[in-house]
This record gives sequence, C-alpha cells and structure tokens, in this order.
Amino acid sequence: MATDAQRKSRHRKERAIGALLAVFSGVSILTTVGIVFVLIRESIGFFAHVSPLAFLTGTKWTPLFVADQHFGILPLLTGSILISFGAALVALPLGLAAALYLSEYAPDRVRRILKPVLEILAGVPTVVYGYFALQFVTPLLRHVFPEMSIYNALSPAIVMGIMIMPLVSSLSEDAMSAVPRALREGAYALGATKFEVATRTVVPAALSGIVASFILAVSRAIGETMIVTIAAGAQARLSLNPLESVQTMTAYIAQTASGEAAHGSVEYQTIFAVGLSLFAITLLMNIVSNIVLRRYREVYE
Amino acid sequence: MKFALGGSPRPEAEPSPRHPAAQRDPSLFAPGRERRARVGRIFHVVFALSTLVGILVLAVLIFDIVRDGAGALNAGFLSNMPSRLPGRAGVKPALLGSIWVLGLTAAMAFPLGVGTAIWLEEYAPNNRFTRIIEMNIANLAGVPSVVYGILGLAVFVRTFSFGRSIIAAAMTLALLILPIIIIASQEAIKAVPASIRLGAYALGATRWETIQHHVFPQALPGILTAGILALSRAVGEAAPLLLVGALAYVDRTPRRLTDQFTVVPVQIYQWVSQPQPAFHELAAAASIVLLVLLLTMNAVAIILRNRYSRKN
Repeated sequence: MATDAQRKSRHRKERAIGALLAVFSGVSILTTVGIVFVLIRESIGFFAHVSPLAFLTGTKWTPLFVADQHFGILPLLTGSILISFGAALVALPLGLAAALYLSEYAPDRVRRILKPVLEILAGVPTVVYGYFALQFVTPLLRHVFPEMSIYNALSPAIVMGIMIMPLVSSLSEDAMSAVPRALREGAYALGATKFEVATRTVVPAALSGIVASFILAVSRAIGETMIVTIAAGAQARLSLNPLESVQTMTAYIAQTASGEAAHGSVEYQTIFAVGLSLFAITLLMNIVSNIVLRRYREVYE
Repeated sequence: MKFALGGSPRPEAEPSPRHPAAQRDPSLFAPGRERRARVGRIFHVVFALSTLVGILVLAVLIFDIVRDGAGALNAGFLSNMPSRLPGRAGVKPALLGSIWVLGLTAAMAFPLGVGTAIWLEEYAPNNRFTRIIEMNIANLAGVPSVVYGILGLAVFVRTFSFGRSIIAAAMTLALLILPIIIIASQEAIKAVPASIRLGAYALGATRWETIQHHVFPQALPGILTAGILALSRAVGEAAPLLLVGALAYVDRTPRRLTDQFTVVPVQIYQWVSQPQPAFHELAAAASIVLLVLLLTMNAVAIILRNRYSRKN
C-alpha cells in the first residue's frame, strides 16, 4: 500500500505534468498572438506614412524607387489573384475529376497506388517547382506564345495548379467516400449510369466538402511563395495579361526581405503591411472554408 | 428524370410481357440508354486521364531535373563550398545547414507538439477555451509559410537578437510545423482504444502513468510517422528562411547555434536566380539532393509505420 507521503508526491507530480502540458498548449496561442501583434505593430508605423486609403486603392507599387514612391497594393493583389485564378483553373477541374475517379471508378488496387503517388506531388518542395516552372514550362510555353516574357504569370500558375491539385483531390475524395452507399444504390436502382450516379448523386451529396477543398486550395495558392518568386518576376504591375511578368504579395515579401531593407525604414515596414493583407486574406478564406464544411454538411448516420 | 418503369406487378412463372407503353415506344423504357452509356464511357476515360495528368507531370519534373542536374552531381558537389565559379561550387554548407536546422526544429517541435496533443486529448476540459485552442491550431495550419518568416524576422532575429542564425531559423520552422504535428498526434492518440486507459486506471495507475506506459507507446508509431512527414515539409521550405536571413554567401560549415547559415532550398533559389546556365545546372543537382533527402525521410516514415502496425 502506498503511504500518505508517497501518495502526496505522486499527486504533486501529476499536477506538475498537467500544468507543463497546458503551458505547451499555450505556445500555439502565443504564435497567433505573436503573428497578429508583429504584423499590426509594424503596419501602424507604415500607415503613419501612407494613408490606408492610398494603400488599398493605389494602382502603383514602387516602394523601392526613392525618387517616386507609391504604395498602392492593387498591383500586388491583382498579381496574386491572377496567378491563383490560373492555378485554380488547372487544379479544380483536374482535382475534382481525379477525386471522382479515385472514389467512384478506380479499382481498389489502382487507388492504393495512385493516391500516394498524387500525394508526392504535394510534397515536392516549392523551390523545385519554381525551378521546373522557370526552366521547363516557360521555355515550352514560349514555343506557343513567342511574345511571352521569361518571367510571366502563366507558367507559375500552371505549375502551382499541379501542386495544389492533390489537395483538391484528396479532400474532395474524403467527402465523396463519406457519402453513404445507400444513396448510390438508390440511384442505380432507378436506372442511372455510373456517370450519372457520380455527378448527380455523389457530387451534390459531397458538395460542402468539395467547395471547402476548393477554397482551401485557392488560399494555399495565394500564400504560395517560391514558385512565383522564382518564375513570375519582380515587377509589380496592374495587368491581367498572363504573358507578362507580375509580382505577387508573397513574392514581394520574399524579394524585399532577402534584399537590404534597413530596419525601421518604410521599405522594411512594407513587408509587414503586405504580410498583414496576405494574412487577413488567407485567414478569411480558411474560416469561410471551415464554415462551408460545417454548415452545409449533410449529416449521415 | 422520367422513367417509365414498372406498371402492375406481373405474375410469377409467366413469360414477361412488355408493358403496353414500352411496346408502343421502347425509348420510354430506358430513355437515351445508348447515349447515356456512351457519355459514361467517355467520362470514365476523362476522369482517369485527369488523374494521370498529375502523375505524368511528376514524372516529367523528375526526368527534367535529373537530366539537367546529373552532370553536376558528383562527390565534389557534395563536399565543396559554394563558389563564384560554377565548376567548383558545392552544396556542403547548405546540406549541413539543413541538417542542423532540421535537428533543432525536431528537438523543439516534437516535445511541444506531442505535449500539446496529449494535453488536448487527455487533460483538457471540454469547454470553450479548449475549443478556441483547437480552432486556433487549425487556423495556424493554414497560415502561409512566408508569414511565419515575418514572425521569425521580427521576434527571433530582431527582438530576441538571435540575428540571422541557425537557432532563429529552427525556431521559425518549429512554429511552422507545430500545428501539423499537433493535429496528426491527436489523431494517433484518439485511435488508442478507451479500454486500455480504463484498464490502467482500474489497476490504480494515475493519469500520467496511464499515458506514459499505455497510451503513448500505442500512439507512438502514428506520432513518429506524422512527425517525419512534418519535418519533410520543413526541410523543403525556403520562403520563411529567406526572411530570417538564409540568403547569404556562406563559405563555412556551421559550428554554433548563432552561426550564419544557408539551407539546400535557399541555395537552389540562389542558383536558379543567377543568369548563367551553369548555375542552373547546380540548382538542378541540388534539387536532386533535396528530393533524395525527402524520399529517404518518407521511406523511413513508411517503414516505421509498417513495422509497428505489424507488432500491434
């Protein structure tokens, strides 16, 4: 039997361990607080120089031209949107089709091989994708569009689309697999073909998961940095021409931070103001994706 | 859909008479069957091909990088310092830098991540505060990696005055992969059956003894697999490290935590940004090194998972 003293020391140890683990959990809260605090603190310094209105509506982004500085985020924003839109055009149809194939058509043996191979695509480092976009895809595209510049929006958009496709296919497939068999069998019993079951029964039933995966994939594309830093160029311009060079928010942050922006200067503060915008956009999309997933989910027993 | 199936139930053993409506117009019985079957066959092929596109691109990517980089990949490439002369440049400091950063990242992110997961699954009360923590972790997993770089730059490089150092990089990456490790470890702990906990409690074990001797060992293979996959994400990251100052000309191997450093992905970025094609060859060679490193880590994760799941 344990003596009183032994029991007490055991109890103390238990409490200490519980407290220590609770402190560990606090690190994740501290991380969020740290991100928000750092972004806002430096952005306040930035907005003391530049009015928020000029920042949000300005059409020129030239913080490094000391002679003619403009701080309008629109060129960076359109750059990010243009490239994510292109990536979505590649990733959403391909990802959805792959999810339908894996969930509805592929025999078990084929699925067990294809799924992990697709997941490798998501695990390739983004610098390697950047290299691939600049050194392989861009020269290939220049055979088709001879007027395309070496740094352009099209090539990183395509490569990024391939990168986020497994995200769409794997999350959508999870949603499709959760659709109960009885729904499919009901549709078959009414004489529907496999394609009709897939597109008119499974897709509507899994729609919340599919839409959530789409939003998450686009949010990932907006936050992706290295592919665009390497292959899209460094010219912030307000253009929707995918054959021209554009700069995204993420590429601006990476390119400016790896240069020599002096601590405390307005150029240094732009990193944080752009970072705050990027953080706000991706956070919003992630939250929306979560709400879609939760609110519109069909609940099956 | 309008299907003209059925009618009155027909008596058993009689030869099946066709429904009068179907006799008049057979297309009512299975409208557009030929066409619908054809559409189905076409889309079967379309869906399969879409899946293959991803795999094809992966194959082309690997082929392209091996073709570009194999020429530069030799023993000297692994043991040389970077150089302004592409013929003599090597990846050694970057490779060692990656290993240092990776080791430190693991040493910080593992205990923190697993500890948080244990607390959330085994200790945390089911209340609003716990739900906020879990939601917060899910949101952190979606924050772009470059934003973690900004955090690292402002907090570890500036406020803590670690400078552009290995330790600042490792702390940044540890925070980056922390949510991934927490979420995956939670899954592994959830998969341990409740009967094991109840058995331990019934024998008089305390909560921590139960976790230490029963829950944790059972969940370990899952936790290790997830941890290695999270680390393989960290080893390929370049963007956050550009912000904490990995883009430097480093011609020494790292010795101390506060040393300047570079890592393989940043070295690739540096080489691919050079105008001379000879440096692009080096970037491809370094990409091969990075991919081999990643494949090795993934293989270790798979072997671990298989070995332990067979034992259980």
